[in-house]
Amino acid sequence: METITTNPSYKLELSSSPHIHSRWSTKHAMWFVVSALLPSVISAVIFFGIYQLIVIGVSVLFSIITEAAIKKIRKKEITVTDGSAVITGLLLGLVLPPNFSLSATALGAIFSIAVGKEIFGGLGYNIFNPALVGRAFLQAAYPVSMTTWKNPNYAVDTVTSATPLSAFKFDKIFTQTENLFLGNVSGSIGETSAIAILIGGIFLVAIGIVNYRIPLSIILGVVIFGGIFWIIDPYKYPSPLFQLLAGGFLFGTFFMATDWVTSPITSKGMWIYGFCISLIIIMIRLFGGLPEGVMYAILIMNSVVPLINRYTRSRIFGERR
Amino acid sequence: MKKEKTLLQEFVKGIDEINPVMKQALGLCPTLAVTVSAINGIAMALATTFVLMFSSLMISIIRKLIPSQVRIASYIVIIATFVTIADLVMKAKFPAMSKALGPFVPLIVVNCLILGRAEAFASKNNPLKALFDALGNGAGFLIVLFIMGSIRELFGSRTILGFHILPHSFEPMLIMILPAGAFITLGLLMGFKNAYTERVKRKEREDIVKNYRAVSKLESTNQGL
Repeated sequence: METITTNPSYKLELSSSPHIHSRWSTKHAMWFVVSALLPSVISAVIFFGIYQLIVIGVSVLFSIITEAAIKKIRKKEITVTDGSAVITGLLLGLVLPPNFSLSATALGAIFSIAVGKEIFGGLGYNIFNPALVGRAFLQAAYPVSMTTWKNPNYAVDTVTSATPLSAFKFDKIFTQTENLFLGNVSGSIGETSAIAILIGGIFLVAIGIVNYRIPLSIILGVVIFGGIFWIIDPYKYPSPLFQLLAGGFLFGTFFMATDWVTSPITSKGMWIYGFCISLIIIMIRLFGGLPEGVMYAILIMNSVVPLINRYTRSRIFGERR
Repeated sequence: MKKEKTLLQEFVKGIDEINPVMKQALGLCPTLAVTVSAINGIAMALATTFVLMFSSLMISIIRKLIPSQVRIASYIVIIATFVTIADLVMKAKFPAMSKALGPFVPLIVVNCLILGRAEAFASKNNPLKALFDALGNGAGFLIVLFIMGSIRELFGSRTILGFHILPHSFEPMLIMILPAGAFITLGLLMGFKNAYTERVKRKEREDIVKNYRAVSKLESTNQGL
């Protein structure tokens, strides 16, 4: 908020609330998130080749163009420099499979921004995480190319192979933990390398952009719910460590579920949100028809965030229930 | 007292002002379900229009004979009669189309558009008016279903009415054939329609304000003289 201090000789400052200002604006936070995503971009290039950089570039470019175009049509101020469109583009690019077609990437980016965000009124009004809306759209529009997984550069023999989760689900093959940790497995380009995501994610939590409650509750939830099934039958159900490292779990936990706009604002609400996401993930992974359910889990929980916010609102002192 | 509408106005209002899908949100079930291709949409809309026309006419003719306690049941009987005719005719003459539309032709019986128009209009107005109202609503329904069908067919299978429009390099989007695509298309169509209507209304209001100012200015200068 601006304070009215045009003339320094004025003693009285006039401003509307909020009166305590953070050093950071939305703009700063957004660019911090962008920098936190860079390790994942690097891991994508290392494991899947330089072409992935073009895919990410196209995704970012079309996100920015769409945002600017819609703002222009609606005669609103063009707010591309706040970086939110860049983040959406980056996130979408990073959750696409390797060697994805550029035209479909552009389409996904346009859909993300136009339908996922701007239709609701722009940044701050969207119900669903825009990047996930775009990915869900692409998943439904091009199911075959969205599930064609090219092998990472340092894997043996084959050209394509199943992701760790579908290998486990359909063929009962376990993937080595160190490969999962480094990212030398097939999967979406940004989601395979656990270490790269952890670097970015912990950076975001440390500087306070991401509230620790959301990632912590999702991880705890997966450990608890996944652990229960693992204890019941270790041969049939995967270990919690595998659940944590495989698929898009970490990426979704740190970068998608923690989106400011689409996650709850109260502390209690964040815990509820996180545990429900992890429960849905475990249900889809172990009993659903799909190998991976992080995307749908987050989208489903995004839709109930307003409800969570309402029911976990803190009570005003003295208010009767 | 509201102004009496002419027959032409009764017809036109069904297309724009009270468009069954866009404004009344009636008949959404067939709108979403059968619009996989443009031709399906047209066939469905024509069948619905046929039933709507004759049932509205019939209900309007006997509207004073139907006791109000059992009116819904009576309407349903009349509607079901015409739906049966439509269904049997389609099965005999266009078996392929009948198969493509599946259960949605018999389901016209419970299409809220027809019952809605019967309850809201035909039971209160004379047969001629009811007929034009039904025609207008049918036309509005046809236009929306054709547009929806065209959009979904274009992106879902690269054609409109069977003609190839998009090149082969365009990969068809499966989502447009799935129900999700229908919801997205309908939502966007309604949104654009509402935005357009708003814009027209705003323009009218601004014009009125502008004219009013011009007049008042003129008057004030006159006074000055």
